[in-house]
Amino acid sequence: MNVMLNGEPRELRDPYTLQALIEVLGLAGKRLAVEVNEDIVPRSQHNEFRLNEGDRVEIVHAIGGG
Amino acid sequence: MTEQSPTPLPEDKPLEIAGRIYRSRLLVGTGKYRDLMETGHAIESSGAEIVTVAVRRTNLGQNPDEPNLLDVISPESYTILPNTAGCFNAKDAVRTCKLARELLDGHNLVKLEVLGEEKTLYPNMTETLVAAEELIRDGFQVMVYCSDDPLLAKRLEEMGCIAIMPLGAPIGSGLGIQNRYNIRQIVENASVPVLVDAGVGTASDATIAMELGCDGVLMNTAIAQAQDPIRMAKAMKLAIESGREAYLAGRMPKKAYASASSPIDGTFF
Repeated sequence: MNVMLNGEPRELRDPYTLQALIEVLGLAGKRLAVEVNEDIVPRSQHNEFRLNEGDRVEIVHAIGGG
Repeated sequence: MTEQSPTPLPEDKPLEIAGRIYRSRLLVGTGKYRDLMETGHAIESSGAEIVTVAVRRTNLGQNPDEPNLLDVISPESYTILPNTAGCFNAKDAVRTCKLARELLDGHNLVKLEVLGEEKTLYPNMTETLVAAEELIRDGFQVMVYCSDDPLLAKRLEEMGCIAIMPLGAPIGSGLGIQNRYNIRQIVENASVPVLVDAGVGTASDATIAMELGCDGVLMNTAIAQAQDPIRMAKAMKLAIESGREAYLAGRMPKKAYASASSPIDGTFF
């Protein structure tokens, strides 16, 4: 299965949950927000949220800015 | 200031944003610092209680243990004000705000800024109005970066924006308050807080904004790009306090000619 992760193509085995992806990226427990196909996926749903072929995933955090 | 002393004296109302009272009228950004340690020290020195952050893609594949901005500027100690910097249309700005709300556990205070073009970063007001309307409908509390047009400022207030934040000069320019009369008019017409956002270069600029009656000033580059940001942060804190006190004190009227301070009576020469 191929998804777009923060604008880059990424191959994942199928099936794959959002939580599994976050863990593989070493981001578990970090303060972040996730959007799939431009819809927010609330933190409480990461565990059961299953990724699909072609999904566009954005993982964001807070950085310095004015 | 170039105008006559206002009468009667303005009322000393505390700065209230989204139901919370703030002691500091200086709001600061967290961009352009050398590192997170400098960011933290400068913000501490500024005395600011409201701190802006940007929302960006997480760097994947880098050291996941690298410190996070919100570890230094914790939401427990500061009111975090996520911005929509970098957005050039309403859709991106609304998306950014929704991500920010998720990031901050439902915290719905945002700084809306929709920019017009790269060179001036001047606000795109038509897109700003569209975004503001959608965000307010979705339950956000919107502090809005805007042009210094008094009519648009009023319109944003009437739509339900909780703070109006006209630019003093382009973002990061350090040119100071370029149109004092517009800022003053916006302040006079507003019943929500008015904060100058962008354009301050040094302490006197911040003081001028406060002397005009602004409820606060939001700045980033003026502190972060000073040679000694921590010292400049303190200078800005004092400048904001001075400007506020001068505004409340009511300045003397300007005169074209001198008026002796020492009495003429009793001179012996």
